[in-house]
Amino acid sequence: MRINSLEALKDYKSRLCSVSSGKTSVLMSLGTCGLAAGGAKVADAIRAELDKGLSGKYEAVSVGCMGLCYCEPTIELRDETGRSAIYGHVTPEQIPAILAAGLDGEAAGATKVKRTWYYPEEEENKDGVLQARIALRNTGRIDPEKIDDYLKYDGYQALGKVLKTMAPEAVSKEILDAMLRGRGGAGFPTGKKWQFAAAQPKGQKYMICNADEGDPGAFMDRAVLEGDPHSVLEAMAIGAYAIGADKGIIYIRAEYPLAIERLQKAIKQAREMGFLGKGIFGTSFDFDIELKYGAGAFVCGEETALIHSIEGKRGEPTFKPPFPAIQGLWKKPTVVNNVETYANVAAIIRKGAAWFKSVGTPGSPGTKVFALAGKINCVGLVEVPMGTTLRDIIFGLGGGILNNRGFKAVQTGGPSGGCITTKNLDTPIDYETLKSIGSMMGSGGMIVMDEDNCMVNIARFFLDFTCDESCGKCTPCRIGNRRLYEMLTDICRGKGTEETLKELRTLSNVIKDTALCGLGQTSPNPVLSTLDNFFEEYEAHVKEKRCPAGVCTALLKFTINDNCIGCGLCAKNCPTGAISGKIKSKHVIDQDKCIKCGVCQQKCKFKAIDKK
Amino acid sequence: MINLKINNTPVSVPEGSTILEAAEKLGLKIPTLCHIKWDSFNTEHRCGSCRICVVEVTGRPNLAPSCCTPVAEGMDVHTNTNRAIRARRTMLELLLSNHPKDCLVCSKNQECELQKLASAFNIHHIKYEGAQSEFPVDENGAAIRRDMSKCIMCRRCETACNVVQTVGVLSGVNRGFNAVVAPENFAQLTDTACTFCGQCVQACPVGALTEIGYKDEVWEHLNNPKKTVIVQTAPAVRVAIGEEFGFQAGEISTGKLVAALRRIGFAKVFDTDWSADLTIMEEGTELLERIKSGENLPLLTSCCPGWVNFLEHQFPDLLHMPSTAKSPQQMFGAIAKSYYAEKTGIDPSNLIVVSIMPCLAKKYEASRPEFAHNGVRDVDYVLSTRELASMIKEAGIVFDRLPDEQYDSPLGESTGAAVIFGASGGVLEAALRTAAAWLEGDKDSPIDFVAVRGLEGIKEATVTIAGIELKAAVASGLGNVRKLLERIQRGEAQYHAIEIMACPGGCINGGGQPYNHGNTAILEARKDALYRADKGLPIRKSHLNPSIIKIYDEYLGKPNSEKAHKLLHTHYYAK
Repeated sequence: MRINSLEALKDYKSRLCSVSSGKTSVLMSLGTCGLAAGGAKVADAIRAELDKGLSGKYEAVSVGCMGLCYCEPTIELRDETGRSAIYGHVTPEQIPAILAAGLDGEAAGATKVKRTWYYPEEEENKDGVLQARIALRNTGRIDPEKIDDYLKYDGYQALGKVLKTMAPEAVSKEILDAMLRGRGGAGFPTGKKWQFAAAQPKGQKYMICNADEGDPGAFMDRAVLEGDPHSVLEAMAIGAYAIGADKGIIYIRAEYPLAIERLQKAIKQAREMGFLGKGIFGTSFDFDIELKYGAGAFVCGEETALIHSIEGKRGEPTFKPPFPAIQGLWKKPTVVNNVETYANVAAIIRKGAAWFKSVGTPGSPGTKVFALAGKINCVGLVEVPMGTTLRDIIFGLGGGILNNRGFKAVQTGGPSGGCITTKNLDTPIDYETLKSIGSMMGSGGMIVMDEDNCMVNIARFFLDFTCDESCGKCTPCRIGNRRLYEMLTDICRGKGTEETLKELRTLSNVIKDTALCGLGQTSPNPVLSTLDNFFEEYEAHVKEKRCPAGVCTALLKFTINDNCIGCGLCAKNCPTGAISGKIKSKHVIDQDKCIKCGVCQQKCKFKAIDKK
Repeated sequence: MINLKINNTPVSVPEGSTILEAAEKLGLKIPTLCHIKWDSFNTEHRCGSCRICVVEVTGRPNLAPSCCTPVAEGMDVHTNTNRAIRARRTMLELLLSNHPKDCLVCSKNQECELQKLASAFNIHHIKYEGAQSEFPVDENGAAIRRDMSKCIMCRRCETACNVVQTVGVLSGVNRGFNAVVAPENFAQLTDTACTFCGQCVQACPVGALTEIGYKDEVWEHLNNPKKTVIVQTAPAVRVAIGEEFGFQAGEISTGKLVAALRRIGFAKVFDTDWSADLTIMEEGTELLERIKSGENLPLLTSCCPGWVNFLEHQFPDLLHMPSTAKSPQQMFGAIAKSYYAEKTGIDPSNLIVVSIMPCLAKKYEASRPEFAHNGVRDVDYVLSTRELASMIKEAGIVFDRLPDEQYDSPLGESTGAAVIFGASGGVLEAALRTAAAWLEGDKDSPIDFVAVRGLEGIKEATVTIAGIELKAAVASGLGNVRKLLERIQRGEAQYHAIEIMACPGGCINGGGQPYNHGNTAILEARKDALYRADKGLPIRKSHLNPSIIKIYDEYLGKPNSEKAHKLLHTHYYAK
């Protein structure tokens, strides 16, 4: 069925909403994370239970990621009035009890999870919750494979609105007025990008979606694509109308098979209903989208490299200018926006720039999705208004540090960002403040570190990543990063000197100053920010040849203390035969033979082995 | 015009200019490494990868690569701040930290642009240590040696191969520290569509791409009393070799070249110009036959082995179009090992033919199996102009103090028509001279066909000879060749004859010539020298060369005779 007018769409929506089944939905989180945690078995159990006679009361709905990755598999019971109960760590065995308890009862043994978000588009933040879901508004509550579910939440109405009631220039202006900034990390005003491309002479133009999510630990784009693919398609069509493009391309990592599958289904459905293809909404506007698969090169997230990759060329950046908005894909004006950026567009069109600006900070309105990872209790996705403090995110939403260890630092911005320490936990974060405290927004990865993390080793980890992912085009990134990595390796192995520390900083600054693209220009950030914030840790490595966190194995020493009862278990398991001693008397470790594998410490039942 | 300030000095340059160009206008030479610009060919390689040319631009957070940053109104540029200079030094130190330190035994020693920069920057020790890129050396073929451990990823060779020549063999592979330029799947060049034109070698600033050398073998034979070693010199060598000895580009060093070869110990010093005249006899006859019959037009020249490789790989449907005449080098070899060997009573297996060529594809050409008989190659060794210069230096011969000497007889006499083979358009002009004379008589037929001269990539001319309107074209640089041939494939262009040379500008810019480092003024000077040489010769038409007339009388009969076909013609193979 094709929809040819905004009225027809609204009619269609009200018909969808008026059909009341009276059933409670059982939302089953079946994104990649849910499936990996065993969500499919839980879903099977739910369906089996419904078949046993509960189908009159419940309806099973597959949804994308709810963001509660730490307690997958998760399910949510929700009735038509919006009353809900979320369960985490669900096992198939718990299903009968959960369904029997329903919304009001308690299911013994099951773990209830508190909802920590609200939907600014629909409701007031009555409970003072920390999350505001705009980009993730549908993710986790609609079936991404059913376009009707999307339409129930006003899907494609924004597209209808711009096509029927707005001039293309007004669309770019609305997005500019909303001050929506690129959520891929750099924070460039999206509306301005659109205006640049729109100002180019009429002709072939392209609208590209950058779904080459590559930061270690970041998966917000995947969640949107798996959980709410239509929101991206709709936004691309809106942008295409604004700039005068008739062709869209989603450049997506081939490692996201589920997202690809859902996008393909969504594109097909959108074409069938006339939201993509020729004469959209009965107007003369044509726009269609195709998928291009990335081979997993991090640098292809850089827009010029991404464009080269689509063109079948080596994925490496070129100097800007010319900017893609002027000369992009096949040398035609091209807008490249990130998935999360697109996910905000339809809401802005529906509710207006002023509404969008009521969320977030004046300089960075709206929200940002973060992927919480690392040494934190509640790993997962959170979407918070700009200006939220790190403390609220890590200790409020993230549930604090794993195993009650002490918080040490949080890395934002992935390998391009920096680490933020306790002293900045209360900084309200947006694009500018993150930069001012030595990090950056990046795509929204947030890796939390505790006192057991060695910051030199962390810097080395990120450098290892950028060395691997550098395209190798420019000298500072190709050779400079490698040399930084080698210096850090030296320090971790006890071969660093104070001179190395000096050179580390000097070279880092030169790389930032000279590298060709964003990858190289930001790659030394983890080094510089750890140097700034944890210099004493570096000094311990080079001056005392000691790793305070006990991570750098070359600097460790394993010794046996007086707790030893002489059971011999450590000696039996030592792979190099470094431990000796008589049964029932204290053993000793031959330091020359010890390879610091730590097996003895793992095997000892008496805490008799010290690692220093 | 855009107004900006560089080091506080105002300068105005056209919109679209780079900071580098604006600085040049002020007489500032910002150091560069990956950047190269071939003015005469309107081609520029500015990938901005080396970051040596960075400068400070007020208001810009990071340094700007001057080679690819366009100027903007009111821009305030500082090229020599401490920050810029230190960054440049660091770039250089980083490159050196991943570069073999075997400069003394590198074939690019003293020609290496990285070495020159290191010297200019006064770098005495390399601060950074660490891993070194190592790749196996490819010296599988006869022409080009690739030692990618020396590659600095300037990507000039890619531009030469893919953009200028449109051969498309080289590209960046691998990521990060392991990134390097290589053929697909690290294939050896001999397994690719490489034409061995050597433009990548000309472009390479370091010792990553060089030629495969045969000096040792040649010295060996020169010192073997059982062997008679004779040598031929290509037209373009005489106007370039002087540069290796401090002569101005464009000096004609023919006499000193001959003298040097004699002092090195070659038994006879002959001239490829002689066989160039022979080529005109064969190719000219073929052209007139095709014009008469109106069949198989246009005739494409076949002197250039890089072009022949390109044809065989990229245009297998056009294999019938080139003249079947061998190149002058191979004609010389065939005649030397037959006519000359018979005449002098030397057993061809003891006669060693060496050529001095401006070209690397000639090395490959001489190794083609069809140019050998019973295991004896027509041309045994091919040395580049650069290799010969090195032999002269090695032998302690003081080039500038040599007397001017004459080529030996009988394969040393030549005409002005032959010497211009070394520049784009020369072969066609030589052919037109003879064709015109054959049709109109020698007395009044034209000699100078200036429309086909010059470094322009594609040239066209229509000349009327004996009432026939002859349409001719000249293409040099394989990218231009591709454009022209595609027009012919599409039926958009009709010509009678087309001269094709693989290297932009012809043999004066061959892969074996002294390195020009992108300075095309050198090429212009070499070209002008060839036309001066032509003007200075008493005979300027190939068919009037007395020793050519003689060999037809004594040995070959007529052009395109059966014997001529056996010795002087060849076939092409789709690859």
